Amino acid sequence: MESSRRRFLQLAGISALGLTTKPVLNAFAVEHGSEAPSEIVIKKGAKALKAKQWAMVIDTREIHSTEDIEPIIEACNKIHNIPKFENKNHEIKWIWEEEYKHAFPEKATDYLNEEIEHKPFLVLCNHCENPACVRACPTKATFKRESDGIVIMDFHRCIGCRFCMAACPFGARSFNFRDPRPFIEETNKEFPTRTKGVVEKCNFCAERLAVGEMPACVEASNGILSFGDLYDPESEVRELLRTNYTIRRKQNLGTAPAVYYIV
Amino acid sequence: MNDKKLIVTGILIFVVLVTFPFWFNRGKAAPMPELKLTDKAKAAKTCVMPTDYMRAEHMQLLDLWRHSVVRNAQRTFVNTSGQEFNMSLSNTCLDCHSNKADFCDRCHNYASVKPYCWDCHIDNPKEKM
Repeated sequence: MESSRRRFLQLAGISALGLTTKPVLNAFAVEHGSEAPSEIVIKKGAKALKAKQWAMVIDTREIHSTEDIEPIIEACNKIHNIPKFENKNHEIKWIWEEEYKHAFPEKATDYLNEEIEHKPFLVLCNHCENPACVRACPTKATFKRESDGIVIMDFHRCIGCRFCMAACPFGARSFNFRDPRPFIEETNKEFPTRTKGVVEKCNFCAERLAVGEMPACVEASNGILSFGDLYDPESEVRELLRTNYTIRRKQNLGTAPAVYYIV
Repeated sequence: MNDKKLIVTGILIFVVLVTFPFWFNRGKAAPMPELKLTDKAKAAKTCVMPTDYMRAEHMQLLDLWRHSVVRNAQRTFVNTSGQEFNMSLSNTCLDCHSNKADFCDRCHNYASVKPYCWDCHIDNPKEKM
């Protein structure tokens, strides 16, 4: 094609005209794309309990035998659809019992007080203020919630790499090696189950706090467990911490656990 | 150009083969799935958002719900007409749409999508139709 100044200008003009179609197309795109109407509101429920950092105090003086803590563990297992596996390697644990020497390895001595030595200790996710698992998670499936300090999981995002399990010094995380559904004794239909290939752990009953209820374990504990806001000096847990000597698990690791034990 | 016949035959066979699915299936398009609503869903008349929006964008809405519930601890959804809903797939959506086989599955099968919602979320939480 022979090119001339006239021809070039014609083409440039037409191209410039073409550019003006973009806003028109955009307008059409908006009309057809069904974006969520802007007037919707998403908010917290009216009854939701609020705190900056949820924390728990466990009064081990009230615990004497396995019978004292069985109902607490059972309450959690039941509402969270936790499966029972015979094989220890497949076990799913949210809250469970542990001996003193395993719960507090750096505090156990050779000739330990006999009562303490044989007493069952309740252990669960510590919802650390500085959680190691959160730093290890490559997909941010587990994270520390800004609004209430709960270390929680978005199971949809978990890819099952188990880095969090390696990172957690408390063994508070369990992996679903098998489909858990056939091993759930009694399904709570209001709470989802998990699926094969995801990690799970205690969520401080975030779903109950949202409707104004205390965690299931606290409710079932007859006062052995107390729950409240660690950052509120007037809260029940702060009152207990002020008036009792308490210890935390593996405090020297610097994860700042939010579960305290009165011994 | 001695191979003209061969080339033309080749092109013809190619065109016929490539367009085979189109003319073979002409007029046999699978009909739109018919969705059955539960009595509860019928009584409610509208879903949390208009039906057209729900049909096209329910997955985005569910995504938004999950994000606000899990990450921001916000569980209450107020729609454009001011109605409040608990943002829960199991307890809100599947409570009304408790007929997974006649509702969810029909469209999902038609569109050949296999969402894994029900691997964890329990359908028909209250055990009724």
